[in-house]
Amino acid sequence: MSAIVGLWCVAGLLGIAATAIVASRWSLGSPLVYGASLVACLAGLASALCHLLGGAPADTLALPIGLSGSGSSFRVDALSAFFLVVVNLGGVVASLYALGYGRHETARLRVLPFFPAYLAGMNLVVLADDAFSFLIAWEFMSLTSWALVVAGHRSSESTRAGYVYLLMASFGTLVLVFAFGVLTGTGGDYSFAAIRASHPDSVVAALVLLLALVGAGSKAGLVPLHVWLPLAHPAAPSHVSALMSGVMTKVAIYGFVRIAFDLVGAPLEWWTSLVVLAFAGATVVVGILLAVMQRDLKRLLAYSTVENIGIIFIGLGLALAFHADGMGVPAALALTAALFHVLNHSLFKSLLFLGAGAVLSATGERNMDRLGGLIHRMPRTAFAFLIGCAAISALPPLNGFVSEWLTFQAILIGPDLPQWGLRFVIPMVGALLALAAALAAACFVKAYGLVFLGRPRRPAAEAACEVDRFSLAAVFILTGLCVIAGVLPGLVIDALAPVVHGLVDARMPAQTFLSWASIVPIAQSRSSYDGLIILLFLVSAGTLTAMFIHRVASRATRRSALWDCGYPDPSPLTQYSSSGFAMPIRRVFATTLFLVRETVDMPRPGETRAARHRLKVMDPAWRFLYGPPARGVWRLAGRLNRFQFLTIRRYLTLVFATLVLLLLVVAAWR
Amino acid sequence: MALMLDLLAQAAQMFLVLIVAPLVIGITRKVKARLLRRVGPPVWQFYIDLWKLVHKEAVLAMDASWLYRVAPYLVFATTWVAAALIPTYATDLMFSWSADLIAIVALLATGRFALALAGMDAGARFGGIGASREMMIASLAEPAMLLVVFTMALIAGTTQLSAVAVTFADTGVGLRVSLGLAMVAFVLVALAENGRIPIDNPATHLELTMIHEAMVLEYSGRHLSMIEAAAALKLVLYFSLFSCLFLPFGMATTDKSADAMMLGFGSYLAKLIVLSILLPVGELAVAKMRVFRVPVFLGGAFAAASLAVFLLFVSRSF
Repeated sequence: MSAIVGLWCVAGLLGIAATAIVASRWSLGSPLVYGASLVACLAGLASALCHLLGGAPADTLALPIGLSGSGSSFRVDALSAFFLVVVNLGGVVASLYALGYGRHETARLRVLPFFPAYLAGMNLVVLADDAFSFLIAWEFMSLTSWALVVAGHRSSESTRAGYVYLLMASFGTLVLVFAFGVLTGTGGDYSFAAIRASHPDSVVAALVLLLALVGAGSKAGLVPLHVWLPLAHPAAPSHVSALMSGVMTKVAIYGFVRIAFDLVGAPLEWWTSLVVLAFAGATVVVGILLAVMQRDLKRLLAYSTVENIGIIFIGLGLALAFHADGMGVPAALALTAALFHVLNHSLFKSLLFLGAGAVLSATGERNMDRLGGLIHRMPRTAFAFLIGCAAISALPPLNGFVSEWLTFQAILIGPDLPQWGLRFVIPMVGALLALAAALAAACFVKAYGLVFLGRPRRPAAEAACEVDRFSLAAVFILTGLCVIAGVLPGLVIDALAPVVHGLVDARMPAQTFLSWASIVPIAQSRSSYDGLIILLFLVSAGTLTAMFIHRVASRATRRSALWDCGYPDPSPLTQYSSSGFAMPIRRVFATTLFLVRETVDMPRPGETRAARHRLKVMDPAWRFLYGPPARGVWRLAGRLNRFQFLTIRRYLTLVFATLVLLLLVVAAWR
Repeated sequence: MALMLDLLAQAAQMFLVLIVAPLVIGITRKVKARLLRRVGPPVWQFYIDLWKLVHKEAVLAMDASWLYRVAPYLVFATTWVAAALIPTYATDLMFSWSADLIAIVALLATGRFALALAGMDAGARFGGIGASREMMIASLAEPAMLLVVFTMALIAGTTQLSAVAVTFADTGVGLRVSLGLAMVAFVLVALAENGRIPIDNPATHLELTMIHEAMVLEYSGRHLSMIEAAAALKLVLYFSLFSCLFLPFGMATTDKSADAMMLGFGSYLAKLIVLSILLPVGELAVAKMRVFRVPVFLGGAFAAASLAVFLLFVSRSF
């Protein structure tokens, strides 16, 4: 049932995309397209939720389109149902948001047809049940999102982002083609059922896992394959950014989980998990350090996505390690933590990108050094954004904390593993995760403080006004879900149980009937956490204290000018700036790693020009990994450029020489 | 009836930490003053200060938002709840399972998040300095603290504080290298988190060297009193955590009779007094360091704690 509904949703979305080519010329085209996408995603969401919560068996469906002889098949099991929920929830919220936001769209023909097509692509990846349709859907998803990235094609930033994205996406798909090629072997049966039945030996399995890590990791934003992400995600329109960061990276995670835990079949060698953990550890720290140093709000969010992908991969790596050693319940715990973080990140990252979009449409600015004080002008957006910031910084009692807490619990089972290598790496990864959590808090204090608090730094920020109802509704749905998932995490964990059970043959203890909605990863005596009690305690302690003080003592309040130690400066530019806020962290952690270059140009006494401070921060991946080959290609291209300006005689000579050479090769081959 | 008694025991702990917090601050100030050959204020001075502040009118900057007014209560609430969840005189109180050690560390992070935002809210320059430095120090101190938590969890096999305390108090873990390293790391982190010398000086009047004080420079009246009370509670929290983890004797663990409770009460107060005498003595022996020396200091804590964890991870097979 759910596979049919899923495919109808995809068909519906594709139909909307086709209609949108015409509809984007109408004045009501934009609400029509987004409204229809909303309905289609809502249907997909409902059916996937029913499948997941109802515990329905896997549902398959074959269509006679695709490769000759086999057609293409689709399947909804617990894993795909969960990811369908994530995808369609993101789709619903983004469409709802775009009902209001899309009215400001200038190049509608460049956005409207691709938006539903992109949603259809993501749904199709999760539904696919054979390698061929999986790869086709994957590439379709990449290309439609590429089209959305270059929608604002007039800015050089978008075209550059589109170029890098296209290169990296093709590379990722290429590696995935290899992975599936190795996995299917020479048999030629591309269906997932056949792959599952084939049981590759351990070397092949490890090779497939590494290829999947590179292929899916490049889409998800694993360091050092993340370089396209902070360029492409901010360049797209904000509701698409939310989908790309919140949802598409999760589809990539789905690809990895599907291959590593389901298709490969047998538990993998333990050292493969070591590789995953090493990449994940690097990803969390590099991602969040780069996020702290950004000045562009959307780019900061994109780098923070890189960090969160690292957190998810830490959970997946731990699950692989425990699974390889036959420790079922710890593997279930680590996998639950990872999947819980998938859901959480899709919630709060969508929320933050939509909030950033609201700021962008209200002020026209993404540069945090030109914003400020928006909490007075956009109070509702500011509130929702605050909850999102607290959730992503892993603060109790919100949802980000729960999944990180579960990951820490899984890390603490690490010493029970028999391998020395893992015992060394796992505490290191734990320390990196703790570091990243603390830096994330710094990063989001900076983002929120600069954008919403303080005094407005530019007139545009002063003139901002609250966004429309649809955008607010979308943002508040996500806020509510963040709070619910944080306060009642047992519900999510129990909903994830069939997914996890299907992958590692074990599950966490049932959480729903524990007292006071607490959660227990392994056993009550070992560790437990209760978001509901913490929330109740915090609210009651805070309000009772406030009421007590107001009643017993004083509630007199007076507004006055800023004190600022007696020397207040009227210029709002004297407030802390983005690079100023990040300076201590930059100095402590990042000077050598990120090749920070600071130049100070101080005028001599008597000169009237302004002083200048220039700061350059470079992503190490560009410098070490992509820089040298790119420069090599550039130099080679420069050399080859000479061939463009030859005379006709020389061209003919070249053609003749090539012919002779090829004939010689053929002759030698024989 | 049993439920009522359980609730009562939990409520007693909740109000115990609240009531002793200003006293602890008073003792540290008095000891410090005596060591400097001053007479110093009486030990109950901090109660009087709080009472005075609560009755004063609160002055808000023009651009301060609702967040600025809510943050002091939020900081107070998070610190209070975290402090009340740490076993003081008895273990296994009614709500002790609702947050483990990791959650308590994270609750303190919630309070810090709110305070750093409030520092940036008024639009003052010093607020930004304070927030930025505080978050930098937190980003160094939190990983070290979590590694200390890992050490405890690996020795006791649980992150539940009550269970850790019971293990350490009753089964006799004995002297361990890991525990020693963890204690060193814990003390360094506690100094940084509470803004004591050598990281920060709670009594400073020089704005450029402030960290915590710079964030709250604009606060006044009842809001300031909440923040000061939260700072005192945080000190008590770290004292309780220290005595729970490293000096767990005297606590009422399995025996929950009235005598055992009284013994736990008395020993807890004695531990608090000893610690609040030791703290100023230690503070007077060192000088405050520059802000950019702090990473070295906390890096030491991190190294000690990670060494402790590595020892445990590696020695598990023996």
